[in-house]
Amino acid sequence: MSVEVAFATVAGLRGALRAGETSAEALTQATLARIAELNPHFGAFREVIGDQALARARGLDAAGLSGPLAGVPVAIKDCMCHVDGTTACSSKMLEAYRSPFTATAVERLEAAGAVVVGKTAMDEFAMGSSCENCAFGVTRNPWDRTRVPGGSSGGSACAVGAGMVSAALGSDTGGSIRQPAALCGTVGFKPTYGRISRWGLVAFASSLDQIGPFTRTVEDAALLSSVMFGKDPLDSTSADVAVDDDLTQVERDPGVVRIGLPKQYRLAGANDPAVDAAVERAQQAFEAAGAELVEVDLPHTEYGIATYYVVATAEASSNLARFDGVHYGHRTPGVDDLVELYSKSRSEGFGEEVQRRIMLGTYVLSAGYYDAYYNRALKVRRLIRGDFDTAFEAVDAILCPTTTGPAFEIGAKTDDPLAMYLNDVYTVPASLAGLPAVSLPGGFAEVDGKPLPVGVQLIGRAFDEARLLRLARVLERSAEHHKTRPDLTAATLAG
Amino acid sequence: MSDSAPTNPTEDQPAGHPAGPRINEDQVRHVARLARLHPSAAQVTHFAHQLDAILDYVDKLSGVDVQGVEPMPHAIDQVNIWRDDTPQPGLDVEAALDNAPQRDGVFFATPKVLGDGGGA
Repeated sequence: MSVEVAFATVAGLRGALRAGETSAEALTQATLARIAELNPHFGAFREVIGDQALARARGLDAAGLSGPLAGVPVAIKDCMCHVDGTTACSSKMLEAYRSPFTATAVERLEAAGAVVVGKTAMDEFAMGSSCENCAFGVTRNPWDRTRVPGGSSGGSACAVGAGMVSAALGSDTGGSIRQPAALCGTVGFKPTYGRISRWGLVAFASSLDQIGPFTRTVEDAALLSSVMFGKDPLDSTSADVAVDDDLTQVERDPGVVRIGLPKQYRLAGANDPAVDAAVERAQQAFEAAGAELVEVDLPHTEYGIATYYVVATAEASSNLARFDGVHYGHRTPGVDDLVELYSKSRSEGFGEEVQRRIMLGTYVLSAGYYDAYYNRALKVRRLIRGDFDTAFEAVDAILCPTTTGPAFEIGAKTDDPLAMYLNDVYTVPASLAGLPAVSLPGGFAEVDGKPLPVGVQLIGRAFDEARLLRLARVLERSAEHHKTRPDLTAATLAG
Repeated sequence: MSDSAPTNPTEDQPAGHPAGPRINEDQVRHVARLARLHPSAAQVTHFAHQLDAILDYVDKLSGVDVQGVEPMPHAIDQVNIWRDDTPQPGLDVEAALDNAPQRDGVFFATPKVLGDGGGA
């Protein structure tokens, strides 16, 4: 019963369970032991629910393992409602919140037999690109503990990148799955908007939020997706579009394809050389596989960040109005005026970045500014979507970087919100357009003698995830960067 | 109602302020009131500075030709998703009240809503 859980894949664990080489309980025990060993160094988990996970694993073993993920330990982001433990969004506001229900995406994983072992740390309410905006401490990069794991799903990226779990869920509003996946050396997949129900996902920006998996391989991303995809009556924005039966057949030949290379994504001098080299290698891999490379024009790319920070903050200011100190969450004691109760509870419960975004969103929606900011941003959003529609008439997928460089140092951008926002330059356009996009390990930058991962991103047509993942597999097969692991020896961790 | 802040740009005349900041401390306090936030004096200064820089960046949108472009409020074009109007079990009262910071029997407890200090 000694199957190695460190850096295991979902497919590998599933195979071992089916072959009777291990049990759900043994895997859960081993996973909890690994988390207990590594988490103090990285802060990937905000809460571990060991007792509940073990009880569930024993139940699965007793019932006979069935279901596509039966017995596989997974982690979920702290913004996904779950009846076990707390759901805190890494915020003081929800520190003690216990959800009376479980998010549909998580429920579907559990119905498939997955065992949730804990809630991963995140930027508070998913607002941030570094996991430094967490009320309970920062999360660290598995490749270099002085650097950020990216965000907002940094805890999930770290947990998979450090080989604590084989899979974790994240949520992506403007890049919050893809960017940390790139910085931690994992696969991070944001499906088409509407593919996975948002029921039970604490809302940040409802027209952009999308759940997706972090995994070590493309195959595993497809496995989790096949379980979570599909219409949910509880989320009216979930898409009623058939899910490909062969979504998990990532080894299949994607056929003769054309890959788009957006000229706007090669900003002169903006990228770390390692990022440009990673995209170059991916181009060569596609050419070697018989794909045609085509330059595409996405002329409104430079307006992506500005559009995003108007639309997302406007929606956030509305969504976060529900935190009032009355129904659930933090309440300032001893206040006898209602408006003062709202204001003080919110200012005590929310961290600074959340308050900054609520204020920006309130401002762009206020009378006199609505047309100049919010309505104008919605129009530019359509132009950005139009750029992609035109490009996808000529190509089947778009190849570009995920980020401009590798992980930055903790504290490097915390005093400059705008510099932090510009991190999302390559991920925001697909979010605004609602398109599926995946970040894959693309190679390494050598910084201070240490390898730091960089990612490459593939963006696909809406609801064309099966092809997108097959194309991702072409790249993965060509380089196998995912097989390189961070140095987690005791000596390194002590340093 | 005074939801509008001191200057009112329009879509044709975006929020350009050639001289002075795009958002000042009075406006930050006004927005904080609208958002039901209670920033300290130091935070107001801090936020005014940061929001001004962000709005300055966002102002690049005013250079885009959006003539005749329909707003895109959502990623997918769906309208009026209905379900059958049949009763479903809901959250029971105890579960709904379980996370309330303060309750009074089967009710959420709040300070007095009507009278002095209520409303805005």
